[in-house]
Amino acid sequence: MRGADALMEALVHEGVEHIFGIPGGANLPTYDALVDADLRHIQARHEQAAGHAAEGYAHASGRTGVAFGTSGPGATNLVTAIADAMMDSIPTVFVTGQVRSDLIGTDGFQEADIVGITLPIVKHSALVTEASQIPEYIHHAFRIASTGRPGPVLVDIPSDLIREEISYTPPTELVELPGYRPIVEGNAKQIRLAAKALANARRPILYTGGGVIHADAATELREFAMSDRFPVTSTLMGLGAFPSNSDQWLGMLGMHGTRAANYAMDEADLIVAIGARFDDRITGKLSEFAPNAKIIHIDIDPAEISKNVPAHIPIVGDAKLILPKLTGEYRALQTEQERLDGWWSRIRGWQEEYPLTYEPGSDGEIKPQFMIEMLHKVTEGDAFVTSDVGQHQMWVAQYYGFNEPHRWINSGGLGTMGFGLPSAIGAKVACPGEEVVCVAGDGSLIMNVQELATAVTEDIPVKVFLMNNGFMGMVRQWQELFWDGRYSGVDNGTSPDWAKLAEAFGAKGLRCDDEADLEEMMRATLDHDGTALLDVRVSPLENCYPMIPAGNAARDMVG
Amino acid sequence: MGSPEMVRLEDLRTGRSLTGRKHVLSILVENRPGVLARVAGLFSRRGFNIDTLAVGPTDDPEVSRITLTLDGAVHPIDQVTKQLHKLINVLKIRDMEPDLTVARELALFKVSAAVESRAEIVQFAEIFRAKIVDVSRRALIIEVTGSFDKIEAFEQMLRPHGLLEMVRTGEVALSRGE
Ligand SMILES: Cc1cc2nc3c(=O)[nH]c(=O)nc-3n(C[C@H](O)[C@H](O)[C@H](O)COP(=O)(O)OP(=O)(O)OC[C@H]3O[C@@H](n4cnc5c(N)ncnc54)[C@H](O)[C@@H]3O)c2cc1C
Ligand SMILES: Cc1ncc(C[n+]2csc(CCOP(=O)(O)OP(=O)(O)O)c2C)c(N)n1
Repeated sequence: MRGADALMEALVHEGVEHIFGIPGGANLPTYDALVDADLRHIQARHEQAAGHAAEGYAHASGRTGVAFGTSGPGATNLVTAIADAMMDSIPTVFVTGQVRSDLIGTDGFQEADIVGITLPIVKHSALVTEASQIPEYIHHAFRIASTGRPGPVLVDIPSDLIREEISYTPPTELVELPGYRPIVEGNAKQIRLAAKALANARRPILYTGGGVIHADAATELREFAMSDRFPVTSTLMGLGAFPSNSDQWLGMLGMHGTRAANYAMDEADLIVAIGARFDDRITGKLSEFAPNAKIIHIDIDPAEISKNVPAHIPIVGDAKLILPKLTGEYRALQTEQERLDGWWSRIRGWQEEYPLTYEPGSDGEIKPQFMIEMLHKVTEGDAFVTSDVGQHQMWVAQYYGFNEPHRWINSGGLGTMGFGLPSAIGAKVACPGEEVVCVAGDGSLIMNVQELATAVTEDIPVKVFLMNNGFMGMVRQWQELFWDGRYSGVDNGTSPDWAKLAEAFGAKGLRCDDEADLEEMMRATLDHDGTALLDVRVSPLENCYPMIPAGNAARDMVG
Repeated sequence: MGSPEMVRLEDLRTGRSLTGRKHVLSILVENRPGVLARVAGLFSRRGFNIDTLAVGPTDDPEVSRITLTLDGAVHPIDQVTKQLHKLINVLKIRDMEPDLTVARELALFKVSAAVESRAEIVQFAEIFRAKIVDVSRRALIIEVTGSFDKIEAFEQMLRPHGLLEMVRTGEVALSRGE
């Protein structure tokens, strides 16, 4: 068979069912092989979007997402998605076409050194130099992308090699990679030490992150948290792993987190970080971060331990395996629950004094926070929600209230505007029976709005709820607060007419200006049999609070 | 289970991150195209400064060895090795123990050597067990191997005689014993 056919068989062998991509000269043979393959190809309208769709697919399902691009511009268009997947540890495999082997290095037509370009933003990558490597490298790619700390893997295949005849037999056992051995178990002694430290903590807090979701350890986290009354907070990326309707839940922490969560981190005597990487949106001013706390750090990536904040009890391994052991060790110590009473009354005090609130709109004005609360209501808090990047993203994080993992899909580490719509398409492909909504920003949506064509043409019904404030809201907020209100490059004007634009793509387009109509129009959007976009005109100048100004400490929260 | 000894939070300590001394890392990598670029790229991306770097084959044709030195007063070596380990083509990393390591570097020095100063230069070379490997009318090339410090010292001696050019390989190292 041709290399391209072996590529298809290898993908099928890895359990792949869906691929997002765009063809071109260098990967024509690949697309020819796709015709007969048992795979659904979703033709995106921009390779960046194909990449984000693959990410959305992975976010929603936990399975590895796959995207194809041709050489040169096809490959470079994938770069943002690859970087995004790297930052958020999303299991993805990118397969790019490359110019013929004999043209490599000659500045051939549509040649770009994509392996070189992406070196710092991949978990691993490889340029195929012999046709027989094609299936081998694909199997390596899936192994690497989906295990340990997940991430993007790129396989670049020259167009002559993909045509060559090779033989392929699917591997019967796991491929061995000598330089790749993720640590998963967790050191038993360290786990016991952690349990004992917890038993002696008076002001403990669980600081959980995206790693809990990657580990598929939401259940294990809940059991651990409930083995005592441990307060739980999460990063933006970990939302949903712990139910927001639990009375142990403090809300998100960090720059736009709740005061209760941030103050509790500030006063904690013991922080248990679980699959969270002490990002600067969390720590703020490092020297003043959690000054009273000892740190237990559970992470599958040894390099995360003590990278930003030194750990007192590091535990390297998979949270799914470690948490049950830690729960067991802790339970065996039979601590007294009352010892946390004082801590809880302090936390309850903050929760009562500083709940998340906003000034309700008057005269029909739609407050962005209200829009998210309404979205929660009409979706019964049960939708898969993707978002773009900006204020609207933070308001979803604050007000939607996620109770299950995998349902919150956003770009946290790279903060990629234009992520929402394509990732919604990917999520819907992964979970066709679920309601998938995208909360978009007007600045962000237009960066990948062409994907409405994909959703319509490929019959992937997603619902776009556009939080339209007419601004690059998050940047406008910073200019207002920290740059004397000197607005620069943040006014989006009145273009386009979003409802008409949606209609032009063949989707349903609606627009809502009045709070009184919001519920009904949201329901109409959800009820529409197909892709639909609701342009919600929200207060243009609303700011997202509370917030820790960049580089400040938790104590300095404003708003 | 439930052993009585207590862990007091006050007693918990974090590991030390800066060691304050020079480190020699001996890294075994798969001998494939692009591996050196991955290692070098990692250093530049993470802002780690490499002092010296030497790459060469090993007894196994599939494996190359990268020996690099860096300053543990500036960089948390632990973080450096952990990041290196994440590269799939990196097979093994050894942070060489100074006392248990033989480290050597080779250098070539070209010095301008007028007839009257030649004798003195040749004497230096002998003291340092260096070899004169090229002689021309106006210049000599001297080859010297040794520890980093020895080569530094030799350079200091030669400088006043008109050092024209020099090249150093960077240290390579093996641990003593088995
Ligand atoms: C506009 C904007 C505002 C933001 N504001 C905030 C904010 O207010 N608060 C906030 O929290 N974030 C905020 N972020 C996101 C922030 O930038 C980071 O992306 C986020 O904090 C990182 O989340 P995390 O620590 O959970 O790490 P992730 O990036 O999700 O990393 C997961 C960690 O888990 C580990 N891991 C993976 N698998 C496993 C496993 N099986 N077992 C154990 N560990 C595992 C990984 O090694 C990694 O260390 C904002 C982003 C944007 C764009
Ligand atoms: C691709 C990209 N370019 C620029 C930015 C910087 N940026 C962050 S938020 C933001 C504004 C987002 O505006 P919008 O999508 O309308 O969302 P809002 O903040 O108004 O809710 C910008 C420009 C970014 N994150 N991504």
